[in-house]
Amino acid sequence: MIVKIEVNSKVIKAQKGETIMSALKANGIKIPSICSMKDFTPTGACRMCVVEVEGSQGLVPSCSQPVNEWMKIKTHSPQVIKARKTIVELLLSNHPDDCLYCVRNGSCELQALAEELNVRERRIMGRKNKYKLDHSSPSIVRDPSKCILCGRCVRVCDEKLSVFAIDFVNRGNRTIIGTAYNKDLNFSSCINCGQCIMVCPTAALFEKDSLPELEDALHNPEKTVLVQYAPSVGVTLAEEFGVKPGKDISGLINAVLKKIGFERIFDTSFAADISVMEMTSELLARKNKKENMPLLTSCCPAWVKYVEQLYPDLLPFLSNTKSPQQILGSVLKSYYPEISGIAAGSIYSVAVAPCTAKKFEAQREEMTKKGISEVDLVLTTRELAKLIKLYGIDMNQIEPEIADDPYGMRSSAGKLFGVSGGVTEAVIRTMPHVSGAREPSRVKYQELRGGKGKKEAEIRIGKTTYRFAVVSGLSNVLPLLEDIKAGKCEYDFVEVMACMGGCINGGGQPVGSDENAVKARMKALYSIDEREIIRFSHKNPKVNELYNNHLGGLPGEKCKSLFHTTYSARKVLL
Amino acid sequence: MDYQTSAILAKYPRGQSDCLIPILQDIQEEYGYLSETAVVEVGRHLDLPSSKIFGLATFYNQFRFEPRGRFHVSLCHGTSCNVAAAPEILRELEKILKIRPGETTRDGMFSLEILACMGACHLAPLIRVNDNYHTKLDPGSIGDIIDSYITGEE
Repeated sequence: MIVKIEVNSKVIKAQKGETIMSALKANGIKIPSICSMKDFTPTGACRMCVVEVEGSQGLVPSCSQPVNEWMKIKTHSPQVIKARKTIVELLLSNHPDDCLYCVRNGSCELQALAEELNVRERRIMGRKNKYKLDHSSPSIVRDPSKCILCGRCVRVCDEKLSVFAIDFVNRGNRTIIGTAYNKDLNFSSCINCGQCIMVCPTAALFEKDSLPELEDALHNPEKTVLVQYAPSVGVTLAEEFGVKPGKDISGLINAVLKKIGFERIFDTSFAADISVMEMTSELLARKNKKENMPLLTSCCPAWVKYVEQLYPDLLPFLSNTKSPQQILGSVLKSYYPEISGIAAGSIYSVAVAPCTAKKFEAQREEMTKKGISEVDLVLTTRELAKLIKLYGIDMNQIEPEIADDPYGMRSSAGKLFGVSGGVTEAVIRTMPHVSGAREPSRVKYQELRGGKGKKEAEIRIGKTTYRFAVVSGLSNVLPLLEDIKAGKCEYDFVEVMACMGGCINGGGQPVGSDENAVKARMKALYSIDEREIIRFSHKNPKVNELYNNHLGGLPGEKCKSLFHTTYSARKVLL
Repeated sequence: MDYQTSAILAKYPRGQSDCLIPILQDIQEEYGYLSETAVVEVGRHLDLPSSKIFGLATFYNQFRFEPRGRFHVSLCHGTSCNVAAAPEILRELEKILKIRPGETTRDGMFSLEILACMGACHLAPLIRVNDNYHTKLDPGSIGDIIDSYITGEE
């Protein structure tokens, strides 16, 4: 039902039951806010969004107040502006004064609000927050001193991920965001997905900085630095340079990485193709034997850690295929030295990922051989952008290049790993080839595309019908896990990505991206697939070359040691 | 899970999170503090993550997260004591014991706690060590009081 409300002496229309804020937004009136997030229940905690409503005592938080017929609202009256400005001044009163040295300098919401509300002097003096930095996690650094207690990280961790690693601790002016028993993040149930970083308005949460270590390696004459970048990085990096979301710049990334000094540039999508081959054979073998069904994907390290912590009984259901990053990592340190002549000991392997959990994955014990990591260092998309700026490279002045041989070659099925549903689509495309059935006529599986939290498809391959489910956003997987536990699950293959929408919305992607940005990135990946000639993982010539020349077909003992791994139950404070 | 915790939990229905505070109170009554293992067990019983239980428990002054010391020192922080010398006494206690309220010394001898008001304003400022009251205190005498417990123990 449509109701009319009066805003700043002008009549506008609103949906009955919607909040004042959303009605105003639909009519082009921007209200500043800190704690409110789209698709989350409003908490009304920060009071930034207050407006004047005639007849109400005091100001009203527009994020949580529903509209009424003929409500009279003033959005920018002197009283409102004064209240908002005071809130910012209060938030700044105990905030460390180190904007110039802050990782979020330029992308900080508090900074932007202070600017917007014309805060020009320190009117309120408070004691500065001083808490110790939590460096314990391989992925995420916490700086409670910069926290403004908006609670967005807590809500995303609870509502979208169901991880519940953090909460408000203590009371009043001693409140902080902390883990159970104020443990360091590494001992908590945190899965390193980094979604908290994505919603943090300030630099209270940020990724572990790997750039100094990378620089050391790049300038070490004894090291040969190889780099791979993940499928989704190509469609998001441009945003860090002011380009509208949805532009694919993989060609430029190849050129830029070369300029920076990486010896060889490879595409993680190549390894995604291998991962498709391995996972498909695993699925078919399990389906034949009717054991440990459904197969749960294991490309997402945050999801893997989640299972290890919370559902150790379900570990046998996880695919034991490594993630593409680790597959390429292990090829680069085992087979690649043989064909390239580069000494294995000198190889320093770097991966650019859209993800903070990949930093954690790279240092898992299972991902090392004789104490040497398969992947030495992981950068997020954001860090790559910083690196490019650090090296003074003008993105507008370079020409695209292609990635290096042989692992720069990919099929577009591998590229689809960047989006939720892509892994499944790639596996479906390759299943007829591995099982020896006739190829189905379609390549596109529309039912597995789009931004929904859970998608499903039933597909007949040969004489067997397979049921696929695709889940993104860990909260959406819980009912399914309970079904598996109870033996009621009817799926054969379940793809799980911890982040909503998959890696294109990963915790290492540009901050400040909204739903539309994610949609645009999704579209970009699918249009790459539309344009591609090689759309099947098993048709990637370099993948076949690797299997035939080195691995002796599929699936062999060699594949097992290179591409497969194990998991074990993990004890954390749940 | 040890016997007492399971006995406490058995009194409350599973999964009913509004029992959380009474359960935590019972556990603190039994052990003198909320241990990690106990909180995890409570979480399992009520289907609550331990971060949420810890978040709630730290909201209230009544819950402790470290075992009490042999000598539990409670400092009255009511209005009268505050106007008398309670803040100085607290500073003195923190200096001598090297702990802050809510904590326990590493040797397990002393623990410190602040109470809102003990209702003995005419005796302000005062502390209680286990069941002994020390009243009308002078901050300078705190060292001697603590020493007396240490020597008494030896």
